[in-house]
Amino acid sequence: MANAAEGAAVKGGFRAWLNKRLPVDEFMQSQLLGYYAPKNFNVWYFFGSLALVVFVIQIVTGIFLTMNYKPGELTAFDSVEYIMREVEWGWLIRYMHSTGASFFFVVVYLHMYRALMYGSYKAPRELLWLIGMCLYLALMAEAFFGYVLPWGNMSFWGAQVIVNLFGTIPGIGPGLVEWIRGDYGIADSTLNRFFALHVAALPLALLLLIVLHLVALRQTGSNNPDGIEIKAKLGANGKPLDGIPFHPYYTLKDIVGIGVFLVAFAIVVFFVPTFGGLFLEAPNFTPANALSTPEHIAPVWYFTPYYAILRAVPDQRLGALLMGLSVLVYLFLPWLDRSPVKSVRYRGWIWKLALTVFTVSFLALMYLGLQPAEGRYVMLARIFTACYFAFFVLMPFYTRIDPVKPVPERVTHHA
Amino acid sequence: MTEISATDDLEIDQSRRRFLTAATVATGAVGAAFAITPFIKSWNPSERARALGAPVEVDVAKIDPGQMVVTSWRKQAIYVVHRTPEMVATLPQNDARLKDPTSADSDQPPYAKNEMRSLKPEYLVLIGICTHLGCLPKQHFERGDAALGADWPGGFFCPCHGSKFDMAGRVMDGSPASVNLRIPPYHFDGDTLTIGVDPQAQKGVA
Amino acid sequence: MRKLAIIVTALALATPAAFASDAEGTASWQQWHAGNALGDRASLQRGARNFMNYCAGCHSLKYLRYQRIGADLGINDDLMKANLVPPGAKITDYVSSAMPASLANASFGIVPPDLSLITRSKSSDYVFRFLKTFYADPAAATGTNNLALPGTAMPHVLSDLQGVPRAVFGEGGRFEKFAEGTPGQLSAAEYDAFVRDTVNFLEYAGEPAKLSRATIGVWVVLYLLLFTAIAWLLKQEYWKDVH
Repeated sequence: MANAAEGAAVKGGFRAWLNKRLPVDEFMQSQLLGYYAPKNFNVWYFFGSLALVVFVIQIVTGIFLTMNYKPGELTAFDSVEYIMREVEWGWLIRYMHSTGASFFFVVVYLHMYRALMYGSYKAPRELLWLIGMCLYLALMAEAFFGYVLPWGNMSFWGAQVIVNLFGTIPGIGPGLVEWIRGDYGIADSTLNRFFALHVAALPLALLLLIVLHLVALRQTGSNNPDGIEIKAKLGANGKPLDGIPFHPYYTLKDIVGIGVFLVAFAIVVFFVPTFGGLFLEAPNFTPANALSTPEHIAPVWYFTPYYAILRAVPDQRLGALLMGLSVLVYLFLPWLDRSPVKSVRYRGWIWKLALTVFTVSFLALMYLGLQPAEGRYVMLARIFTACYFAFFVLMPFYTRIDPVKPVPERVTHHA
Repeated sequence: MTEISATDDLEIDQSRRRFLTAATVATGAVGAAFAITPFIKSWNPSERARALGAPVEVDVAKIDPGQMVVTSWRKQAIYVVHRTPEMVATLPQNDARLKDPTSADSDQPPYAKNEMRSLKPEYLVLIGICTHLGCLPKQHFERGDAALGADWPGGFFCPCHGSKFDMAGRVMDGSPASVNLRIPPYHFDGDTLTIGVDPQAQKGVA
Repeated sequence: MRKLAIIVTALALATPAAFASDAEGTASWQQWHAGNALGDRASLQRGARNFMNYCAGCHSLKYLRYQRIGADLGINDDLMKANLVPPGAKITDYVSSAMPASLANASFGIVPPDLSLITRSKSSDYVFRFLKTFYADPAAATGTNNLALPGTAMPHVLSDLQGVPRAVFGEGGRFEKFAEGTPGQLSAAEYDAFVRDTVNFLEYAGEPAKLSRATIGVWVVLYLLLFTAIAWLLKQEYWKDVH
């Protein structure tokens, strides 16, 4: 008895000592127990936490890959095979990283689509959306640089094509391309600087942006499938009536989501790591060769919607410009959307039609970007490019005339 | 109405919650342990390192009596000395001047834990790394070597900190090193000396 | 695993690949499948032998060590040294070709490519088709040509086994079928099996971890399902609070 009491005192003593120096309890209280999230999250709300999980997987596996990977045009390809064959469990670490890259985009695209469906980018969450978009852009850069590192022939020609896009900028283009490469072609210097960006600069940027994204989220609170601000209806305790503490309810729910996610992840890593050439492409198992372009060159699947737009335009400069716009246009979403309603649940048929057209266009462009740029594929790509941009450009008009439904006072939730 | 009734609902089965929490934590911990294993193991010597660390062979017939050859095994210098009968015969005389004459505290395979510290008396096989701080001891096989004094019995002298070893790699009194030079696993196949494999385990060793 | 391998092999034998050498079925050579099974260790061992006897003269496997082959395919070091490791090479060496690059360049005008990753960059089916579509072509320097890789500088090194078939081309130079040419030592079915074993070995050489990957994966997935189920029960228990 006496010992137990003593033990508790010591424990309390340590906790008090710690909290005086580091606000552990305060953080737990404010961020987990005291943070109230809407109780009506559906399956779409798993992808935020899952993106964080993939980020951690990429950082950890990336650190371990760096221990054996050797940047350099003479060593990079061999060092990847060395990891795949001679480092104990190296193949698993490498496949986790390559699979993680694709899963990162799967999760992020679904996360972004969630925002689109439920109007999560609308006021007061514009900045949350903008930070998220910066994260997405940083992630694209990170993925591109990472894709170059194995120094296979697709790595090489992918780098060649993407870097040359900057050559379309009027005036400074050609000089800029040379500066990015550090040589007269994609070379050792290019590989080394991309390596530095991939393992140090962009992970740091991503980390910073993730922190900002979470801070902004805590400030506004989460949106929900009904698009209702739960802070508008507070209970006697000053907490939202439609909210529940993040911990334990959403921490436990997210763990289930992570479990399901890891099952899918493990199935790919162990059974189909190349995913039929979508995650790891066959030509990239040939070393980089500046004298031989692969027969059919396409970026990895997560870049193909934009790539299809690039190829759909029969003008080099305009194509590059439209491709850039197709990515950057998301930044304007909070101001293009004039609807008084956030969630698709309470929007009218016009918005639902527009969203459907956008969804189909995005997926179609993704598919077309993987196909050769020939005949009807190009024609289709042009049609869907037009639809894609129409969704954004016409948004200020159709969102105003969209026959919206009344939004309920409280969230819909079926226990 | 949303109510979080954890505190006031008497129907909550606390023992079930505790059990499921413990089960989840325990299962998760097992999974985490398995998950970190590949990462830890990836630090083991790779197949390349092990291939480079494969046993090395030396043809001892090419070493004249009184001569030494230096080879390398697993990034360590290996001294192979063909001792003359005289060198072998005088070894027991050193015992009084040695820190560990019977190699009781030193590191060597059991078959080299003897007066000669070797499988065959005429051949001494050593890891040429000073047991003090890792320099390479130099060969001074001549008895009474001018640099080391009239009573020098012949052996190895480490230039870094002055450790002295006799012709069996045993450390002498007054040296900063306190144990004898280490001996790698090795065996003979006729005149072929294989360093890196014990005599009884010639088969199937990486 | 073994049972699975047998089933897979049986299925493979039932596919058109098995009848591929049938003169009538050869027009569809682009649809041939190797039908090899990595679980079939005996096939992998035969494939390793085939590679060393017929391919290693010119082609290397520069990322694969003889010793690793032995360990993965269940061939002990002594057998490896006696049968598969060429004289002068150590068992810990990477599989190298017997021919120096300069000589290869002089004789073929090209250095024969390393085959470590050929099944990954081209697929096992491609290698299978390549090895089965050589035909006599007097116009070619080597006397043979190939449907999968037209104009290849590689001679038909397996001609003493397969023989050299003739190719029948229709109008517009379209390939129609193979016809009997110079006979070889093996029957069509035996030659198929020979090529399938060789491709099987090359697929293994492209990714040695593939031998164990799926087996480990089954356990990982089972574990994750168990963990998810328990976590789900826990979540359900707590979510009873939420009305």
